[in-house]
Amino acid sequence: MITFHAVRVRYPGADADALAGVSFGAESGRLTAVVGPNGSGKSTLVRALLGRVPLAGGRVSVGTDAVNDLPRRSLAQRVAVVSQREDPAFPLAVRDYVALGRYPWQAAWGTPSGDDRAAVARALADAAVSSLTERRTDTLSGGEWQRVRVARALAQGTAAIVLDEPTTFLDIAHEMACFELLSALAHAGRCVLVVSHQLNLVARFADRVVLLSRGQVVADGPPDHVMRGETLERVYEWPLVVSRDPAVGAPTLVPLRKRHTPFP
Amino acid sequence: MRRPPWVALALVLVAVMAASLMLGATHVAPGAVWDALVGQGSDDVARTIVRSIRLPRVVLAMLVGAALGVSGSVLQGTLRNGLAEPYLLGVSGGAAVGAVLAVAGGVSAPSLIALAAFGGALLAVAGVLTLARAAGGASDTRVLLMAGVVMGAFANAAIMVVMAAGSPDVARNALWWMMGSVAAAGWRDVVLLAISLGAVGAALLHRARWLDVLALGEDAAESLGVDAGRAGWRFFVLASLLAATTVAVAGLVGFVGLMVPHLARSLSAARARPTMIVSALAGGALVVAADLVARTVRAPAELPLGAVTALLGVPFFLWRLRVER
Repeated sequence: MITFHAVRVRYPGADADALAGVSFGAESGRLTAVVGPNGSGKSTLVRALLGRVPLAGGRVSVGTDAVNDLPRRSLAQRVAVVSQREDPAFPLAVRDYVALGRYPWQAAWGTPSGDDRAAVARALADAAVSSLTERRTDTLSGGEWQRVRVARALAQGTAAIVLDEPTTFLDIAHEMACFELLSALAHAGRCVLVVSHQLNLVARFADRVVLLSRGQVVADGPPDHVMRGETLERVYEWPLVVSRDPAVGAPTLVPLRKRHTPFP
Repeated sequence: MRRPPWVALALVLVAVMAASLMLGATHVAPGAVWDALVGQGSDDVARTIVRSIRLPRVVLAMLVGAALGVSGSVLQGTLRNGLAEPYLLGVSGGAAVGAVLAVAGGVSAPSLIALAAFGGALLAVAGVLTLARAAGGASDTRVLLMAGVVMGAFANAAIMVVMAAGSPDVARNALWWMMGSVAAAGWRDVVLLAISLGAVGAALLHRARWLDVLALGEDAAESLGVDAGRAGWRFFVLASLLAATTVAVAGLVGFVGLMVPHLARSLSAARARPTMIVSALAGGALVVAADLVARTVRAPAELPLGAVTALLGVPFFLWRLRVER
């Protein structure tokens, strides 16, 4: 569904590529996670997917079309994005906020059709925020706001949804709920691409993990394949061990205190 | 959230306009106002006062307020900044310079003066945004306001130079522009502003959903398929056109575009289209009321209309500055 092919991006004035030939694909029906240390190129990847940075080489495609050839509106009808942070200038009712997700499908005057209303109601229900519809966005807690933002992306009715660090401000229960939702969306047929720092959550939920380091793909495959101690230790430059979580046996990363490093 | 109280707003507007037709240096009884409006009755003095003097003035004040309210709500949405408005952004100042220069150059047709004002307003917008970008970004409230204030000061200086260099007639005119007034209202002014408000208002209402999307921020707007840069420029041009027309017919009337959209948003949802319409109704009522105050508190002398709105607007601005950090 979403394909990166030898994508190179270099920011003006930078002395190295932010993305140095990244290739991988995120398929429909799968939860694909992109992980990597700060500065590894994760956010640039999202920007490249939206056509918001010029490519120095390669190609990003959605379906069979190159992103840079697609009109903005067509892209918005195919890919919904939940960015890292969003701060509406003026508070809106949650219902009105989620309804903005229908924007790419509406004519200029923007009168909602029956389809629009149905999509909004379904998105509110899927993101479990139906009870919040009359609240104002500036009265929501961090967890509620994040779910409402996911609801807006769902209302967009796209085949692919991209989330940049969706669990940054969430506690354990909300983190888990968020990934449960993403996993359910993927297994219902959507292409879900999530950028995350939460390696342990990713290991539990993702069907496929892409590990970035310095703008390159270091490992790509199922969590068991990517979550290897020596690989992660090299990429994150910190001593750690990978064990198995006691509940489901997924690989679990445990960073170590430096003075307790078993191998000096 | 609540639906906007349309009926109540419309009633307030009608009541303020009615009061404004009755009160003044000479009071006209409600019945006599009605007779004068429908063309009946035998009181020729009342008819002249109501139909020839007060009616164009009240209607012009209403249109000026409506246009400034809409302009302010659009600028606030586009810049994602609740302190934006045409006067504080220097847009009105630029328009006044354009108008004063046109008049000093011998132009007298209102539509040509309005065109010159629009040119001045666009130059001011471009200048303010360039200044703000050079100083760190148009999304930073303080930087943007500073750039607007600098542009306003420059506009004032330019007008004063024209005043000093021009004939006494030009000086009087320039002073009138800087103080803001609807005292000289004629039907030509009313028609000009009504056309501008009708055309620009329709274009803005048509594209109001863009404003909703822009208010989410540039990234979100782009991901929803809006070209944030292009949409932003279009709104700037339209909002400047509205503000410039008000300057051409009534001079500098500040702070209306700041106060009214806040009222609109606190009365109802913050969606752009209802905010625009409520801003138009409330702005109309506010300027009609301010003009009523301006010509009655020390009748038969008149206070400048721009001074009355500034006396209201400055405390309001300080309050919002605290709230918006």
